Parts: sequence; C-alpha cells; structure tokens
Amino acid sequence: MELPKLITKRKPTAGEKVYNFFTDISRLSLFTFRALKYVFIPPYEIAQIRKHMDELGVKTFPIVSITGFVIGLVLALQSQPVLQRFGATDFLPATVALSVIRELGPVITALIFAGRVSSGIGAELGSMRVTEQIDALEVSAINPFNYLVVTRVIATTMILPVLTIYVNFIALIGGYFAVIITDNMSFQYYQNAIISSLEFADLVPGIAKTFFFGFIVGIVGCYKGYTAEGGTEGVGKASTTSVVMASLLILLFDTLAVKISLWLWPTLG
Amino acid sequence: MVMADFRLVEINNLSKAFDGNVILDNISLDVKKGENLVVFGQSGTGKSVLLKCIIGLITPDQGDVSINGQLTKGLNIDELNTIRKKMGFLFQSAALYDSMSVRENLEFPLSRHTNLSSKQREEKVRETLRMVSLEKSIDKMPSELSGGMRKRIGLARSIITDPELMLYDEPTTGLDPITTKEISELILNLQRKLNMTSIIVTHDIVCAKIIADRAIFLKEGKIAYEGSIEELTNTTDIFLEKFFSTEIIKD
Ligand SMILES: Nc1ncnc2c1ncn2[C@@H]1O[C@H](COP(=O)(O)OP(=O)(O)OP(=O)(O)O)[C@@H](O)[C@H]1O
Ligand SMILES: [Mg+2]
Repeated sequence: MELPKLITKRKPTAGEKVYNFFTDISRLSLFTFRALKYVFIPPYEIAQIRKHMDELGVKTFPIVSITGFVIGLVLALQSQPVLQRFGATDFLPATVALSVIRELGPVITALIFAGRVSSGIGAELGSMRVTEQIDALEVSAINPFNYLVVTRVIATTMILPVLTIYVNFIALIGGYFAVIITDNMSFQYYQNAIISSLEFADLVPGIAKTFFFGFIVGIVGCYKGYTAEGGTEGVGKASTTSVVMASLLILLFDTLAVKISLWLWPTLG
Repeated sequence: MVMADFRLVEINNLSKAFDGNVILDNISLDVKKGENLVVFGQSGTGKSVLLKCIIGLITPDQGDVSINGQLTKGLNIDELNTIRKKMGFLFQSAALYDSMSVRENLEFPLSRHTNLSSKQREEKVRETLRMVSLEKSIDKMPSELSGGMRKRIGLARSIITDPELMLYDEPTTGLDPITTKEISELILNLQRKLNMTSIIVTHDIVCAKIIADRAIFLKEGKIAYEGSIEELTNTTDIFLEKFFSTEIIKD
C-alpha cells in the first residue's frame, strides 16, 4: 500500500526529492484517512481535546493579537492614498473589511498558526515517538492514535476558526486606528460603513475555509511527529518540515477555496 | 517455586530482520506460568526486539506468538489490548511520559483500566512507589529524575496494574549494587505473591542469580544456550566463560 521512500546516503538528486515529496503526500493522505476513521471510534478522549484547545488558545493568543492589529493598521494606511487618488476615501472601511474578512484574516492567521502549532505538535509527538513514549501508550492498551492524534486534530480544527474571527475583529480595530491618524472618521461611521458593505457571502467562505486550515495544521504536525525517526535529529526535522508542509498545503487549499467560493457565489467577483 | 505446567507464552519459529540483517532467526521458546525466564545476550543481539515481538510492538517476519493460548497474530487492536491489559512492559529507556509527573505516570494506567476511586488510586500509587523506594519522588517530573530513578519509576508504572505477564528490559542496568538487589528481590516477590510470570532481559548476573528459574542465551539470532543459571555460569564453554567471567570476579 505504501510507496517506499528512497533512502540514499548521498545527497538526493532533484528527481529523488520530487519523488520523496510525492510519497510523503501519499503517506499523509493515508494518515489522514486513518485519523478520520478514528474520529468516530471510541474512546473519544474529550478531556484531552479540551486540554489541547486551552493550550492552543493560550499559546497563540498574543502573537495573533499583534498580527491582527498590524494587518488592519497597515492595510488601511496603504489603501488610504490609493483611494484618495480616486476620491474614494469613503470606501476605506469597506476595503479594509473585505480584504481582511475574505482573505487576509483567514490566511495569515492560518500561516501563523501553522508556524506556531504544527511545529510544536511535530516536536512533541516526534520526541514521544523517538523516546518510545508512543510505544509505552500502546503497550498500556491505550490507542495512541485516538489519544494523541485525533484529539490534537480536533482541537486545531475547532480553535482556528475562533482565532480567525478574533483576528478579523482586531484587524478592523487596527484599521480604525489608521483612519483616525489621518482622517476624522467617527467610530460609529467606520462601524456602520463596514456592516453595510458586508454580505453574508463575504463572511461564510472566509470562516469555512479556516476549518480546513486548522485541520491541515493539526494533521500535518501529527503526521510528521508520529512518523518521526532517527533520534533527536528526527525530532527537529519533524518540527521544521511540518511547518513547511502545512504552510504549502494551506496556500494550496486557499487557492482552491477561492475558486470554489467564486463558483458558489459569483457576485463575489 | 512451584510452576503449573501451563505455558503462558509460546513462541514458534519467530524470525525478524531489519533491512536485510537477520536479528532473530527461527526462535522457539515457551515460558510457563509463574516462571522467571532470564534472557542473556551481547549488546545488539536482539533481546529488546524479542520482547517487543512478544508484546506486538514489532511484527515478526515469520513465526508467531501465543499468550495464554491465544495467537496474537491477526488480532484487531481491541483484542490485542485485552491481552495487553494483563501484561506489563518495562522499556530499556523507561519511556516515562515527559509531560506527566511521577504520580500521573503511575496513575495513568489505573485511571484508564480500573474502576478505582481517586483515593484508592493514590493509595496504590504510593504503595507501588514504596516498593521501588521512591515514595518521595511522587511529585517530581521525569526530567528531574536520575537514570536509575527513571528506571525504577518505569518499573513501578508497569507493575502497578498487577499484570500476569511482565516483560522487563534490563530492570537493573544503571543501578548501584544495593538497589540492584532490592529490585531483584522485588521481582522475586511479585512472582511469589502474585504468581507473576516474567521474562527478564539482563546483563546483570547478580540480578539473574536472584530471580531466574531458567535462562537462555541469545547469540547470532538463535538461542545458543539454555539452562539454569548454575549450568550457564559453571560451563566449560569458552564463549560463555568469557561472557560471565568479568561478572564472576565480583562473586
Ligand atoms: N526499529 C528498528 N529498525 C531497524 N533496526 C533495528 C530496530 N530495532 C532494533 N534494530 C536492530 O536490531 C538489533 C538488535 O537490537 P536490540 O535493541 O534488540 O538489541 P539488544 O539485544 O536489546 O541490545 P542491548 O543489550 O544493547 O539493549 C540491533 O542491531 C539494532 O540495530
Ligand atoms: Mg536492548
């Protein structure tokens, strides 16, 4: 079922690297199917899921807060002169809101989440793997897949949408700060302009895709960590490669998601 | 020690190779209920691999293992777990859960597999820690323990569920002579009190002399010698003499 990975002592050639990349993806797919299957098989490990959600929230809250604020601020500062040139400064709140909510909020939050969380999960499970802690769970008749993988994937999938909504909100506040630096716009006006410019179809796809992004971050980190080998070196590798892989997959899925949402709601275009 | 004739572990024609290197070569072995079997062998001969094949962490290339008359081959994870709940495994590396304190490490199998109240669990944890003389370390994290302490905590965690079958991978390595003797006597006591069956991988002749009912010697993937400790240590075989000579000086 599984493709063998090319193991070479020398430096792999470009062709071998491509081959290894695709075997990696195929293994990740098998791993994902296994995780999806175990989601529905008891025990459900609710306590672990809650613990991971708490930890993830606490871990990523400061960094996404700062990032969210800066995104909104910079976006508004950048857009202002452009809009001014066309005499359309009134559209500033709508411009900021649409960019943040449709695209920037979800994707940037997901990429930060990947950097912070995929690597963390990769390192954590990787070190459990190489120090035989995963084997220890197994011999204690505890299914490590349920206990370690499924719980983390559920936690990342649930928490990223929440974080994204929060980041969107903070970014809009950041945007308002940019506005009051240069312009005199009341918060009331800013708020109303945003609310009236947004449609249901703007909100849904942006949040819906973050469930997938959260899933990607969790599953990639778990896959890299769970299958780590080769001592401490393997742990480091699991940690770094999971960030790369998760980020690439997030960008890939984002492109797909944009295509799909334009197809579902042609008015968005 | 009286042993029933019942064979708790039966290993038939077990073979395992890694990347073309044959590690275990057609091994057959029985362990009777209540017996302490010691496994000797030089570093890298596959003693740990043998234990892992028995508990199903490593799938053999050929051959099979039966526990309590039940073949472990082809079992689904639930059936395998039913068997594993009656087994204990001490890893060579101890394999303590780094994210949990000593108390949580020991409590974990209890809270997962028994209906004990939290008070009963606490009592059991303390009692088991007392057996390995580490009651004081109950609130420590694994990173705060020495190598020998980790080993003993690992041992405590694996015996806390009173398993029928214990697999010890070098239980006394890294311990001082006094603690070695204590741990060996603990293993012996478990056998006497609970009629526990054990397979013990060790290089430690002191430990082996205390606990072994029977010993085997692994060499080049096969069981090269088998017998009582006396038979193995008082041999005229050149290889065995060499292996045990450094140890025997202490004697
Ligand atoms: N997962 C694995 N993948 C590849 N090779 C392995 C694996 N596990 C063990 N080996 C190889 O099998 C051989 C036996 O290993 P094992 O750990 O069983 O030795 P051992 O007899 O327990 O030695 P020691 O006394 O040093 O613990 C070694 O050569 C090792 O390289
Ligand atoms: Mg070993």
